[in-house]
Amino acid sequence: MATVDLRDVKKVYPSGVEAVKGVSIAIPDKELCVLVGPSGCGKSTLLRMIAGLETISAGTVAIDGKVVNAIGPTERDIAMVFQNYALYPHMKVYDNMAYGLRNRGTPKDEIDSRVRSTAKVLELSALLDRRPRELSGGQRQRVAMGRAIVRNPKIFLFDEPLSNLDAKLRGQMRVEIKNLQRTLGVTSVYVTHDQLEAMTLADILVVMNAGLVEQTGAPLDVYEKPASTFVASFIGAPPMNLLALTGSSSGPMLADGTAIGFAAPETQAVTLGFRPEDADVTFNAEALPGALVLPATVEAVEPVGAESFLHCAAAGSRIIVRVSGRATAKPGDQLRVVAKAERLHWFDQAGKRVD
Amino acid sequence: MAPQLAITLVFFYWPAGQALYQSMLRQDPFGLRTRFVWFANFRKVLADPAYLNSIQVTVVFSLATAIVAMVVALLLAVMAEKAVRGKGLYRTLLIWPYAVAPAIAGMLWLFLFNPSIGSLAYLLRSLGIAWDPLLNGTHAMILLVSAAAWKQISYNFLFFVAGLQAVPKTLIEAAAMDGAGETKRFWTIVFPLLAPTTFFLLVVNTVYALFDTFGIVHAVTGGGPGKATETLVYKVYNDGFVNLILGDSAAQSVILMAIVIALTAIQFRYVERKVHYG
Repeated sequence: MATVDLRDVKKVYPSGVEAVKGVSIAIPDKELCVLVGPSGCGKSTLLRMIAGLETISAGTVAIDGKVVNAIGPTERDIAMVFQNYALYPHMKVYDNMAYGLRNRGTPKDEIDSRVRSTAKVLELSALLDRRPRELSGGQRQRVAMGRAIVRNPKIFLFDEPLSNLDAKLRGQMRVEIKNLQRTLGVTSVYVTHDQLEAMTLADILVVMNAGLVEQTGAPLDVYEKPASTFVASFIGAPPMNLLALTGSSSGPMLADGTAIGFAAPETQAVTLGFRPEDADVTFNAEALPGALVLPATVEAVEPVGAESFLHCAAAGSRIIVRVSGRATAKPGDQLRVVAKAERLHWFDQAGKRVD
Repeated sequence: MAPQLAITLVFFYWPAGQALYQSMLRQDPFGLRTRFVWFANFRKVLADPAYLNSIQVTVVFSLATAIVAMVVALLLAVMAEKAVRGKGLYRTLLIWPYAVAPAIAGMLWLFLFNPSIGSLAYLLRSLGIAWDPLLNGTHAMILLVSAAAWKQISYNFLFFVAGLQAVPKTLIEAAAMDGAGETKRFWTIVFPLLAPTTFFLLVVNTVYALFDTFGIVHAVTGGGPGKATETLVYKVYNDGFVNLILGDSAAQSVILMAIVIALTAIQFRYVERKVHYG
């Protein structure tokens, strides 16, 4: 049972570098909040400040309504899963998991039963007598999870826990983490740069850029209504197609002079965007009112299996269109990209969304 | 033949062989005749109370030197790691003593603690301690251990600093989040991970205290007062080069060689088992 409240949290390093420039996030009890952003956006620093491993330069971090700025990591009752797992190499798996409980003076038989039951849940029972170096990457990851879970802490922190695993294992562990977090009902903060992990795990998704929060919300809301061009291009794979607009007396035009044929919702919109799956391609030349139609040349085709991605040159930029199944178009084909008007996104000069 | 093999032959095997051979020879007082006596020299040496005393002195001196040098160095290294400012200067200053020659280090301590002119001896006396390393064997031993350990601390410090830096920071952080306070973290995480360094230094320091401290003993006490600080190595020198009892001296160096071999074997056989390499 714990809520986490960040208010105007800042981190300024002695060198003067401002890593986090005032972040406020409220995480309700039992929810999983994912901090996502490119490297250097301050997400890990923020996580470490919640953990107590970094001092907080300004603002407050509160757990259960109690400000913990002055409380060290030892007393915060938080467990963290590190990117490199940080398992104690000289201890067996059992002792790795028991370490936190021993430090808190838990009775011996209780430690034993808790370690064993946690190991069972994570399928580690057969590995309890091994040392970390005798384990595979996936097993180490499980031990790191076990070490966090066994303590039954107020909060879990995950610092890119899956980035050292191969793709298949990553997918498996993602589901497992989600299930575990839901069963245990422990408030969690999860840092990743992988937008797929962010989308699938989050109850609350926080997109960060350059030390600031770009957008906070439910993953699908963020996906459907990105608050800025940064979010639009960061969330979603492949990213949203963004086209620059120039205004004219007859309505907005694309940068190469193509008229888009209908009005933008706001006159100050300078960027237009649509997702690859919200567009289609056609070889016909019929008029399509109420849709954005772009003459395009196919540059590359990426078949993924269930779908294919067409990389096209259109209106002086590169756009990607998703078509389901096998693509009929070949590189060099001339065709038209069609995007429905109601599926378009508009952004102003500052990159903010306008509706 | 490989040149390094030639060098080993000339500078190690040949002298070692000579020592073995000479340990079984005995000269008459005038140096006119040499007799082959088999193991008589060994029997004589091992029955000599002065030699047994020397073994005891060596054990006390070596253990004390190795322990003091390692404990102090570890303490300084941990403090150096924690220093926020002036880390580099602090380290440089601590490494300097290693560049001082043993005899000079000995002289330094000798003067500092000389009962009649030493400033630190004066200080001790003003504290009510009847400091007199020239007459009191225990005092002489303390002075000797201090001088020998002081010289070795720099070396140990260097290795401990490197060892501490090799302990991953995330492990310390993980332990902190696991509720371990600073002291607990040191003893449960840092110290065990430092074991390879500690073991290496244990071997090096033992060898140092046993064999590389001749210069310091010679400069500080000359084995005295009486024979209170006469280590095995110093006795080899005394008997061989001062008293010219060459057979005894050679027998003692052969015994020393056996001790080194045994000691190293024990360390690698039993102590290293407890060492965890990351």
